Amino acid sequence: MTTSTSATASAAPPTPILELRGVCASYGRIEALRNLTLALYPGEIVSIIGANGAGKSTTLMTICNIVKATAGDIFYQGQRINGLSPDLLPPMGLCQVPEGRRIFPRLTVRENLEMGAFFRKDQDKIVFDMEEVFGLFPRLRERAGQAGGTLSGGEQQMLAIGRAIMSRPKVLLLDEPSLGLAPLVVAQIFEIIKEINRKDETTILLVEQNANLALRTASRGYVLETGQMVLEDEAGALLANPDIRKAYLGE
Amino acid sequence: MQFFLQQFINGITLGGVYALIALGYTMVYGIIQLINFAHGEFFAAGGYLGVILLTWLAAQGLPPVICIALALVLAMIYCAVLAMCVEKVAYKPLRQSPRLSVLLSALGMSIFLQNGLMLTQGVYDRAYPTAMTSGGFEVGGILVSYMQIFIVAITAILLLGLNALVFRTRIGKAMRATAQDKTMSALVGINASHIISLTFAIGAGLAAAAGIMVGFYYGSINYSMGFVPGIKAFSAAVLGGIGNITGAMLGGFIIGMVEIFAAGYISSEYKDVFAFIILILVLYFMPTGIMGENVDDTRV
Repeated sequence: MTTSTSATASAAPPTPILELRGVCASYGRIEALRNLTLALYPGEIVSIIGANGAGKSTTLMTICNIVKATAGDIFYQGQRINGLSPDLLPPMGLCQVPEGRRIFPRLTVRENLEMGAFFRKDQDKIVFDMEEVFGLFPRLRERAGQAGGTLSGGEQQMLAIGRAIMSRPKVLLLDEPSLGLAPLVVAQIFEIIKEINRKDETTILLVEQNANLALRTASRGYVLETGQMVLEDEAGALLANPDIRKAYLGE
Repeated sequence: MQFFLQQFINGITLGGVYALIALGYTMVYGIIQLINFAHGEFFAAGGYLGVILLTWLAAQGLPPVICIALALVLAMIYCAVLAMCVEKVAYKPLRQSPRLSVLLSALGMSIFLQNGLMLTQGVYDRAYPTAMTSGGFEVGGILVSYMQIFIVAITAILLLGLNALVFRTRIGKAMRATAQDKTMSALVGINASHIISLTFAIGAGLAAAAGIMVGFYYGSINYSMGFVPGIKAFSAAVLGGIGNITGAMLGGFIIGMVEIFAAGYISSEYKDVFAFIILILVLYFMPTGIMGENVDDTRV
């Protein structure tokens, strides 16, 4: 099983759609990321696993330039995007569902989804995509006129992913989509994530504390420890790795 | 009863003016958590540009309605641009600074703008061409002047227009999104700087309209006219729940009503006191204001 996953991954196109080379970032004097290198190839799901405070969310925030990279290069579709204003990235196809979902609490569900398509001008396709999101998450259609802040945690995660779908991303950065959700809802959310990857060929970078779930969803994985990448391998190999099993899979 | 209704109509007129100014305070606070102390100066600048334009347009022989409409639109545009410049110069460079720095910058801007107005326009009161809106009619013993109808009508149009803009349009939704979560709004592709700039422009435009209305209402304007109505409108914004647009409209009308009724039934000498009594009472007993669910520190 391990060998078959590695075969598909090595057949991936050689140019990464998103690449980090030697990226460092810090909060004041505290170094959060040290010499981080990562590559994401078109169409794959890659997972970053690591403990609390390892720098997983910081990695995603640095890619989007919410946290400034103090060294290193970030390339998206061959273009260096360090220093690009964060609001320029979604129109380029690079979107993030941040930790804690960050629904606009006093906008309605429908308005939240509209904000996902804020930069888009193709009104008829926006309507179509909204229907698609409502198809994926019927619950959101029921609550379309309700303020985002009144939804349950699971519904908010659905809305956050729906909002990202409205941006029609090429690369989707997902930060802890399972956080604080009931197992049944988590399973549902991860089905949708795989569906987005399969149907739209959206490349997904998945940050998770739930390493088991993340590695079963992804084809490759990175292990982050105190701001450094300590391991990179096929997801299956990481799942089988005794050190990983001990440190992250609770054995 | 007649006296009551008369005062009620006066209250609506004045309240509309306060509501228009209060919106600028509340919208700017909603988006960057700044009490824009320079906001009253946009109101004064609007009043002055109004009288300058009205005089000039009337001299060209245009009918009063056209004069007022043109003066209103041009003054609103002028103040909107002025506010965007002020924001760029005095507030934008301090985006990452503590809130107090921006507040002081706003105070400085207020002094700068007020003195600029004094130097260019003089220290004496400037008369408004009130003849343009003179006259009126009586309904059951209550006198309604054309000036009041003009003020209430323009206020209603502006308030409805603003509501439609903020709650119905794409850009209005982006404004609300930015006020609620700046990081997330950037992550969906909204440029916060543009939105902040736009917020200042809209607030100042409304204040400019209020400046012209006050010119007609009191018959004259003064370079320092922005101060007292500014603080009253700020009280209105706090009363309504700062950051909340509907609250600011409501607060404006309440403050206007209270002031008119206090002047009518208690003493016109002390009419200014009541707005501030309300401000103190609200801050003491109900700091979140009437519609204050928006006021919490949990939002970013």
